[in-house]
Amino acid sequence: AVACNKRGGAVPAGKSGLAPWIPVVGLEIHAQISSNSKLFSGSQVQFAAPPNSLVSFFDASLPGTLPVLNRRCVEAAVMTGLALNCSINKKSLFDRKHYFYADLPAGYQITQQRVPIAVNGSLSYSLCIDNKMSQMVTKTVRIKQIQLEQDSGKSLHDDTRCQTLVDLNRAGVGLMEVVMEPDMCCGEEAAAAVRELQLILQTLGSSQAVMAEGQLRVDANVSVHHPGEPYGVRTEVKNINSIRFLAKAVDYEIQRQIEELENGGTILNETRAFDSKLGCTVPMRDKEGKQDYRFMPEPNLPPLILYDTKSLPANMNHQQVINIDWIQERLPDLPSVKREKLVEQYGILPEHSFTLLNEDGLAEFFESVVKQTQMKPKKVIGWILNDLLSYLKQHSLTVKESPVSSILLADLLNLLEKKEISSTAAKRVLAELWKGEGKTPLEIVKEQKLELLQDQKELEQICQAVIDGQENEVMAIKAGNRKVLNKLIGLVQRKTQGRSNPVLVKQLLEKKLSE
Amino acid sequence: MLRASLRQVSAALKEGRVTPTELCQRCLALIKSTKFLNAYVTVAEETALKQAEESEERYKRGQPLGILDGIPIAVKDNFNTAGIETTCASNMLKGYISPYNATVVQKLLDHGAVLLGKTNLDEFAMGSGSTDGVFGPVRNPWSYSKQYKEKSVPKSHSEEESDWVITGGSSGGSAAAVSSFTCFAALGSDTGGSTRNPAAHCGVVGLKPTYGLISRHGLIPLVNSMDVPGILTRCVDDAAVLLGSLAGHDPKDSTTIQDDFKPFELPNLTDVSKLSIGIPKEYHAPGLSSEILALWSKAADLFKNAGAKVVEVSLPHTRYSIVCYHVLCTAEVASNMARFDGLEYGHRSDMKDSTESMYAATRREGFNDVVRGRILSGNYFLLKQNYEKYFVKAQKVRRLIANDFVKVFRSGVDVLLTPTTLSDAAPYTEFIQEDNRTRSAQDDILTQAANMAGLPAINVPTALSERGLPVGLQFIGRSFQEKQLLTVAKWFEKQVQFPVIELEEVKRHDNGVFQHQKSASFS
Repeated sequence: AVACNKRGGAVPAGKSGLAPWIPVVGLEIHAQISSNSKLFSGSQVQFAAPPNSLVSFFDASLPGTLPVLNRRCVEAAVMTGLALNCSINKKSLFDRKHYFYADLPAGYQITQQRVPIAVNGSLSYSLCIDNKMSQMVTKTVRIKQIQLEQDSGKSLHDDTRCQTLVDLNRAGVGLMEVVMEPDMCCGEEAAAAVRELQLILQTLGSSQAVMAEGQLRVDANVSVHHPGEPYGVRTEVKNINSIRFLAKAVDYEIQRQIEELENGGTILNETRAFDSKLGCTVPMRDKEGKQDYRFMPEPNLPPLILYDTKSLPANMNHQQVINIDWIQERLPDLPSVKREKLVEQYGILPEHSFTLLNEDGLAEFFESVVKQTQMKPKKVIGWILNDLLSYLKQHSLTVKESPVSSILLADLLNLLEKKEISSTAAKRVLAELWKGEGKTPLEIVKEQKLELLQDQKELEQICQAVIDGQENEVMAIKAGNRKVLNKLIGLVQRKTQGRSNPVLVKQLLEKKLSE
Repeated sequence: MLRASLRQVSAALKEGRVTPTELCQRCLALIKSTKFLNAYVTVAEETALKQAEESEERYKRGQPLGILDGIPIAVKDNFNTAGIETTCASNMLKGYISPYNATVVQKLLDHGAVLLGKTNLDEFAMGSGSTDGVFGPVRNPWSYSKQYKEKSVPKSHSEEESDWVITGGSSGGSAAAVSSFTCFAALGSDTGGSTRNPAAHCGVVGLKPTYGLISRHGLIPLVNSMDVPGILTRCVDDAAVLLGSLAGHDPKDSTTIQDDFKPFELPNLTDVSKLSIGIPKEYHAPGLSSEILALWSKAADLFKNAGAKVVEVSLPHTRYSIVCYHVLCTAEVASNMARFDGLEYGHRSDMKDSTESMYAATRREGFNDVVRGRILSGNYFLLKQNYEKYFVKAQKVRRLIANDFVKVFRSGVDVLLTPTTLSDAAPYTEFIQEDNRTRSAQDDILTQAANMAGLPAINVPTALSERGLPVGLQFIGRSFQEKQLLTVAKWFEKQVQFPVIELEEVKRHDNGVFQHQKSASFS
């Protein structure tokens, strides 16, 4: 693995012992816009529909068909641009990018090469140092531009029969290409930046951004150079289909380039594919040779004009125009703001706020539990992160799929908070609840007789019995070894099958021992 | 009857003097007997008769859809027609049946028009003669007119056979169809003059409306930024009727203007004294025949004598129009033709070595030399290293050309008067001596600038040349001022009294109800 200096420093020199290397990583991210219909046609957008079932005449590039811009896609791009602190171009243009490929029916892709819809933004993301959640640093990557463009279809190669099958369902779906400047220096940074972007897109609803479904596709541009020298020749790494693989691919590529250069080799300006099974990058054969895309303005689409409240023409049909200010006012809280609010409102640790937002729906689950219980949020967070989350992870469930609803968890925590059960008992109730048999926490408590012993006398007798049976320990405590008290508390707990209140037990034991 | 104007024939239909089916049958019969003109690529006899029948029902119920109901029309074969082959006169699309109608075709059908068939053209509308299509050249009906035959020296039969003249193009099939009375109106397309040029050579009215006024959806593009559906009719009034049914915003074409279009009827001008007619001196182009030059001055005098202000104006950048057009046109052609790869539709080569070799063979077999040549030059102009030097420069020149017009119209000129072509139609044998590129460059010279600027322009048949062939003049108007343009054109049309073509075939077929009452405009 590549040693990446979190403060943006250089990687120490390799075996040659010469100057250190500085890795440079830039990203090009294609986010599929979440919309009902495609960017320039009325056909539906849907994942995993039967092949070629979502193809309009335009998508198949039948002669004489023309593109008609989808308003929703423009709004999604504007939202995303605003969320990434971009300046939105009031006038942007569409271009044709030409290349022959079986899944590109028109022979060109409509994109925004000259004047994209949004430019000059930034994205702040956090990552932890040395894998310690408690040491987070915030970094910023500049966003060069966001451009609207068409997705291509899919080619399926049948090598045995020497056939290529083409599915045009995806052809023409709206994409936002987010171009990040080469401000990152390792796989972890790239992964953290993409994760934050993913959260932002999902918060906005502008893209579902599920990498496994191809809604978020990341290409990484990687190069290395010595300090004070110009950037090295870069390679483009494609075929990265998860955030984990992104980190791996980037780190592998940095290491490969360093080794190549230190062994006297050169880096080619080439496209490489990440092989997730082998964990390495390999040159892509069909992308060999330089392509001249022969860009040309798209003559069938007038310039895309956006307005703000100031420039909005008075007698314009509102269906015909997009008001940037109007969209800005309606932007939801972004993940960074949400995290701050969580920390501020509930007094939880910043790193906990990250974990809450990292899982879809977890923050909402947490807030819902907090609302329904008297337990302090600071204590609730432990149950959410340690118990709920680890259970879900263990069983590969999403928050929405959790067998324990926020209401049930709140009920349970309330029992605990009202000291009706011990936390040991609470864990046992929770274990029962995961089974999802429709029982309430109270029912389980009753069934399994987990209520705390309310009878003080009975508890006192048990405590006395423990003290009487543990002479050595009692001696040790009296001699000043207070830690041994915990052992006695544990024994009481065991005798009461976890039904005693440890605080109360401690008080009783202390009282008796000082007598 | 077949020689009547739209309003006249519509009145006859309404009064029951003729039924849509009769009208359709007569046109179909005339198409058959004028088959040698090669004006039609596809004759949709069955669907046409069915449409005529439906129209007849509407007339019987007393609910015709308007002037166009039951009127036989023809459409250039580069407009998509659902269920009827659309070939662009290319091997690439031979046998291609589109699943949808072009917006203009749909609009005509919605108005009750009867679609007789698809007309011949240069392959993918690339040409100015209608000689370069896969279905062979279109013959100009005037080649067989009494007027032309009388003027030509008696020759042997074989000489006579080779004496026929071209229609001009690329909408030559549509122009020939209207000119030979096989339909009452036809759609063409106009990118550099492709509607006006054949209109001039065939003695019919050819209107190129303002860019953005009529939907291009379904028109297989040549140059998207200049293509306009064109209208070919017998008279200016008819052109106005068609324009009324075709113009207006189309949600399927983002380059059509949003403003509502109000169909209009043309007034009969009696006073032209408030008009200012501009004569652009640059249209006195090299190669302009003395005959046409004389006719042009005569037309200017006609306006002057009637009290109009006639001024010489200058459009200094017009001379760069052709070379600039060459770059822009080929670049868009290269791009537009990229979709013809044999995968989704159209011709596919049997070559199976690889996808790339299949593409190459498909395109080699599917396109003629003209199309391939334009694709090649277009791709050259779009190369990264050439883009600024050619494409961007051409775009800048295009803006200058357009600005020339803006300035002239701002100076108070209402309409420009120019020749449409340099000369009358050339005999086919003479025409094919030059290659397509040279001919297009020569022939588009007077019509092309209007496309660069997106302006409306119309050819009005004006007189017969010494050889007995039609010659037309062109009026160019302000953007979206079709009514003014057509009003002037109509006044001019009335003054010049262009003669009716005298064709044996038409006489045989058109001995109908109108035999005794000659229409005024055609007398």
